[in-house]
Amino acid sequence: MLARRVGTAVVVLWVAATATYLALLAAPGSTVDTIIGDGADSPEIRAQIAREWDLDRSPLVQYAAYLGRLVRGDLGRSYLLQRPVSEVLGAQLGSTVQLAVAAATLGVLLSVVLALVTTGRGAWARRVSGTVELAFVSTPGFLVGMVLLNVFSFRWGLFPVAGDRGIAALVLPAVTLALPIAGLLTQVLREGLERALDEPFAVTARARGLRERAVVARHALRHALLPVVTLAGWVFGGLLGGAVIVEQVFGRPGLGQIAVTAVTSQDLPVVLAVVMLSAAVFVAVSTLADTLYAVVDPRLRTAVAA
Amino acid sequence: MSTPLIAVEDLRVDFGAAEVVRGIDLTVHPGECVAVVGESGSGKSVTARSLVGLAGPRSRVRAAKFEVDGRDASRFAERDWRRIRGAFAGLVLQDALGSLDPLRRVGDEIGEVLGTHRIGDRRDRAARIRGLLDDVHVPEPERRARQYPHELSGGLRQRALIASAVAGGPRLLIADEPTTALDVTVQAQILRLLDEKRAAGAALLLISHDLSVVARLADRILVLKDGVVVEQGTPGEVLGDPRDAYTRRLIAAVPSAATRGLRLSVDAQPVPAHTPDPATPVITAAGLSKRYGQHEVVRDVSFTIGRGETLGLVGESGSGKSTVAAILFGTVAPDAGTVTFAGRDWAGVRERDRRPDRRGLQFIAQDPLASFDPRYTVERIVAEAVPPGEPVRERVRELLDRVGLPSSVRDRRPVTLSGGQRQRVAIARALAPRPALVICDEPVSALDVSVQAQVLDLLADLRAADGTALLFISHDLGVVHHLADRVLVLHEGAVVEQGPVHDVFTAPRHAYTKELLAAVPSWAKAPALEEVPS
Repeated sequence: MLARRVGTAVVVLWVAATATYLALLAAPGSTVDTIIGDGADSPEIRAQIAREWDLDRSPLVQYAAYLGRLVRGDLGRSYLLQRPVSEVLGAQLGSTVQLAVAAATLGVLLSVVLALVTTGRGAWARRVSGTVELAFVSTPGFLVGMVLLNVFSFRWGLFPVAGDRGIAALVLPAVTLALPIAGLLTQVLREGLERALDEPFAVTARARGLRERAVVARHALRHALLPVVTLAGWVFGGLLGGAVIVEQVFGRPGLGQIAVTAVTSQDLPVVLAVVMLSAAVFVAVSTLADTLYAVVDPRLRTAVAA
Repeated sequence: MSTPLIAVEDLRVDFGAAEVVRGIDLTVHPGECVAVVGESGSGKSVTARSLVGLAGPRSRVRAAKFEVDGRDASRFAERDWRRIRGAFAGLVLQDALGSLDPLRRVGDEIGEVLGTHRIGDRRDRAARIRGLLDDVHVPEPERRARQYPHELSGGLRQRALIASAVAGGPRLLIADEPTTALDVTVQAQILRLLDEKRAAGAALLLISHDLSVVARLADRILVLKDGVVVEQGTPGEVLGDPRDAYTRRLIAAVPSAATRGLRLSVDAQPVPAHTPDPATPVITAAGLSKRYGQHEVVRDVSFTIGRGETLGLVGESGSGKSTVAAILFGTVAPDAGTVTFAGRDWAGVRERDRRPDRRGLQFIAQDPLASFDPRYTVERIVAEAVPPGEPVRERVRELLDRVGLPSSVRDRRPVTLSGGQRQRVAIARALAPRPALVICDEPVSALDVSVQAQVLDLLADLRAADGTALLFISHDLGVVHHLADRVLVLHEGAVVEQGPVHDVFTAPRHAYTKELLAAVPSWAKAPALEEVPS
């Protein structure tokens, strides 16, 4: 079981690394140009750089060397910044993780509250809530972010316009990322709650004299959370992608900024590292989700044991 | 006379436009067992649930008199109802797999009643739960309390559900189809348990679609049809001397030894006789065995079905009936043994080799809905089964006509049909290629008695007309006794007894067959079954 998980994780990471490698190889422009940047340029310097970075070898050899380093945990050096990639990422990782965790927590909390409030409230409340949720899910993040910035920062001055200093700077980006999550999860949760409340066990629970609130809290909510757990991997994976845009809009440092710069300037080692990182996060989160699923649903535990 | 627990006059329940309960009078006295019997849509469940204020969202309950526990329930607020539920009246629903929360431990489900009504000390709650499980005869109560519903057998689950319903010491126990979907022997145990609770002082309101189930326990029976009580009286009166035409039809529709060769849906008319030819086998199974891991589900099963013969296959859930059917059909390969159909090796060969004779062997499932493409119309479902080269439209029309479906259903999709109509479509589809053998896996188990009667009559007509052989799988011994020529009793994957249906059911030799027959709830209508020593 565990061996298979680890095996799957390795395959996912390898495929992600290879795909990115191929894509960047196919992109126009020369790596040597990237490394030289605005520095001195002459055929000798170019030849030296090519030798130093193994760029004179065939792509296949470079790829093999890259994989070899990866296995040893060496992410390589940034072409552009001339520093180890792990150092470049490490400096920015905290900021992005902070944002992602804040957004995910906010999104989940918001959806649980909204679903509990709107469940069983009749068709009208549901239609309103459903429309709002749909709007959140379908509005692009940068638009929401810009609206929030305009209202809360420029007009009312409640939150800083840019940067990552303190909790105040985290609020708007986190809300921007959390809204589509909340919209999606609320819909899934409410549907799950309503389905669970129609099940015979909910009737049995009511027949024991339970308050409706207790039927929801003790019985229906756990059933409704099952599909949410399944979605969690997807949502968290999407968060990293969303962070790229949101960090741009709010001028926050973070992985997003690094990734954008690295892609536009063809800083291959950095791009690869970002891709590997998000693939690793994705694998970790979906493993966690599967484990959590078994914790919530005892039927799965026995199925695994049998 | 003591104050009745329930005293209701002219009870009416509607869901918007549809009035499902249309004026019912119902009284339940302490210690009494009242049974409400009716088919689906009769309003029996809604009646039961409205007595604890759980008729459902968007329901409207009205009554000329609505007294629960001597108080006027029409003025009850939600919190008054909550004090009634679990404490004054316990509710037991059908199929505890869905009626107990699958994500919670059995003990917690029972403890929930104790917590809600503040019964006993929190510290000795575990001991109380153990005692409650012990009272409903759940072995190893301590271990069972820590398990989840899916880890218990159907019978134990239903016992646990009853334990949770009686945990608050209710004076009234409402049981809505408490034994449906259970095997006959388990059903008998659960009925005994309910009777025990009644003997201990609780009144019982029993809701069922099955007259024979309630006949044993009830002091009074109410027969419901379309939300109205059409007849009531003691079991002796209602079953022995039914006054109402609907009650009479309902009783006549129950298949049993006494109904062999007769129509069920029309009073006591003979069905055309079929002529089985056991000497010419259609299919022969020899030494079939199948195991899944350590579990041996089929052991050394052998039998033949002759041309035009109906073989009944009976056994409880887990006895291997469906696996035998799947091996015959060719979807499961046996580990050992052979099947010969149409003179060729049928089991353990490639589907390509079976294809020339595929049309000769057809299948009817319990729930045909799952075997229909939901996007297909009835016409297309049946047309697909018509062999190439035959005039499709004419054949479909002829087949639908034969199974008694109006041509208006041709363009409908399966979801819009009733259970009986769907089963008719499944039969039409099975007959389209003119098969030599049709495997029917519990084909009438999900149907109401009167619909079941029509479908059984249809099968009897069709086999007489076409000479089709049937393998009829059922947990209902009455149905098998009514329809089958021979019967095969399966227990833990092995054949314990087989022979002509009348011999096996009137003079069973194997202990398991005797046990099975003794557990069948019955009334005077099936004398043959009552001679069996228990």
